[in-house]
Amino acid sequence: MATSLQTFKTLRLDHLGRDFGRLNALKDLTFSVERGEFVALLGPSGCGKSTALNCIAGLLPTTRGSIWLDDTRIDTLGAEDRGFGMVFQNYALFPHMSVRDNIGFGLRMRGVPRSEAKTRIDAAVATVRLEQQVDKLPGQLSGGQQQRVAIARAIVIEPPLVLMDEPLSNLDAKLRLEMRQEIRRIHAGLGSITLYVTHDQDEAMSLADRIVVMRDGEVRQIGTPEDLYLRPATLDVADFMGFRNRIPGRITGRAGDTVTLDVGGTSLSGLPRAALAGTSAIAAIRPDDLQAAPSGLAATVEVCEYRGHNFFGSARGPGGVELFFRSGHRLKTGEPVTLAADPSRVLVFDGETA
Amino acid sequence: MSVGDTPPPPLRLRLASHGLDAVTLLVLPAAALLVALFVYPFFYGLWLSLHPKDGSIFGNYVKFFSDPFLYETIGKTLWLAVPVTVLNLVAAIPIAFRVRRMRNQRLLTTILVLPITLGTVLVAEGMLNYFGPQGWFNRTVMTLGLSATPLKLVHNYTGVFLSLVITGFPFTFLLVLSYLTGIDPVLEQAASTLGAKASSRFRHILLPLLVPGLGVTFCLGFVQAFSVFPSAVLLGAPAGPTRVISIAAYEAAFEQYDYSLASAIAMVMAAVLLAVIVAVMSLRGLFYRGPASGGKG
Repeated sequence: MATSLQTFKTLRLDHLGRDFGRLNALKDLTFSVERGEFVALLGPSGCGKSTALNCIAGLLPTTRGSIWLDDTRIDTLGAEDRGFGMVFQNYALFPHMSVRDNIGFGLRMRGVPRSEAKTRIDAAVATVRLEQQVDKLPGQLSGGQQQRVAIARAIVIEPPLVLMDEPLSNLDAKLRLEMRQEIRRIHAGLGSITLYVTHDQDEAMSLADRIVVMRDGEVRQIGTPEDLYLRPATLDVADFMGFRNRIPGRITGRAGDTVTLDVGGTSLSGLPRAALAGTSAIAAIRPDDLQAAPSGLAATVEVCEYRGHNFFGSARGPGGVELFFRSGHRLKTGEPVTLAADPSRVLVFDGETA
Repeated sequence: MSVGDTPPPPLRLRLASHGLDAVTLLVLPAAALLVALFVYPFFYGLWLSLHPKDGSIFGNYVKFFSDPFLYETIGKTLWLAVPVTVLNLVAAIPIAFRVRRMRNQRLLTTILVLPITLGTVLVAEGMLNYFGPQGWFNRTVMTLGLSATPLKLVHNYTGVFLSLVITGFPFTFLLVLSYLTGIDPVLEQAASTLGAKASSRFRHILLPLLVPGLGVTFCLGFVQAFSVFPSAVLLGAPAGPTRVISIAAYEAAFEQYDYSLASAIAMVMAAVLLAVIVAVMSLRGLFYRGPASGGKG
């Protein structure tokens, strides 16, 4: 059994669901992951991503659906029989055990002989670069070091599947960037599947081969980071991928790939996403792509702040819609500005369903 | 202005940096009460115990340890208090494990706290009726044919033992429950993802983190059981197997009117308690005693 899990090819979730009383925390999750892939579950808090991870780990029983490793059904197994490595948000290190004993716990439970365990622990310690800390208790380590111990403890059992539940959310910004690289490197070295839960789209994009965007217990879109960044399927996903501007308008014309909207008397062109049924639509634009131009949406600057290379600000546009824009120079509050975006960077979504 | 010119901070700030401020004054009433009700009586008792009727300093202690009727009370009390405390503790652990996962803990807690609020005398009265030769318990046993004669459950060691379990268990249980709920449940989850079955999770994770709390619980339960008095008189055999140390002290004080000897017995009692507590606490020192959570957050 253990060997079949070690050599599997695919993890498959089949209509997975979980209710808490009357709440559908996870409605219907179906996707498969190939060995070697790094997949991020991305979504706002309460979207069901952690529930999904706990179901896969075996820490929560599922209400519906099944989980498969190739042809072995695993959702009927207890967490201790699945043999997946899990990294918890608050690390969950055993406070009464030294770093070495924490990392070796999984091997001890598996009855790995002492000498082999020592070699494997040493290798895991080296992977996470904690050679100096092996005899300390977790309480004597910094947050970043604790996180490394948690990762080493999860990977030392050579799991077919590594599950990570927002492992970096308790670290400071600089350490988070460092640990991202580490996690990516460790994943490449293991050659197993990593499922990574996060609410930070930056983190998901930089780490994952594929991203599963979730909302309200459902999958909204599955795709590569490029897919999601350039071609979000729904307004929700677009919103989550940084399209902060949502400008409602009326469809006035179509020409080839592009569609033209009327926004308070000004026309705005963009690429339609999905079929546009009615006459009302919503244009989604990243703040990065909306800039001052000779003609465009007339707006009044409200805030303008310096962010290194550029200024970013918000302005009040036609019909009172809030616009987020980029500017090469500082604009004063109350100053009039006309904002426009390249039509290829504007996505148009159906206004009725959104 | 150079550093040397800086005037020293005012006294108030210097005191505050050592943790002494206006709030510290709020401790004074409690401290006064403690001195009046605990520290002074203790030292007065110690002084009394060293002034026996025969005029020697250690006369009372010599008398206590040379009279089997007196010194045997230590063993008798320990023979009650230690098994009762251990039993309460051992019984409380599995029940606390189960209750920890229950949604409706409040009802159960109320039921369990009830014996504490009733007081030992009421519990003893109830037990005399219930477990007595004509009580419901013995009638049921005899009706079911489990025994031909009534079981002797009161006016002996068993009676005192049972009453100490009834009054001591809720207390032990509530303490164990609170220690157990203080252990981050994610630690157990982490252990199970690492392949630990329920028994291993208990042995390697929960028990080591629970031991310090169990030590404290044992000490508090033991102190309660060791100073048993009303149930030893009402439910026990106060002249025989349940002649506990507090009975000896009571008799010395209020039957022989020898306060000095009674004080000496109380001092012996305190010394035995202290010895047991020190022993348990130093054992506890061998275990991890930090916070029982898995990390930051």
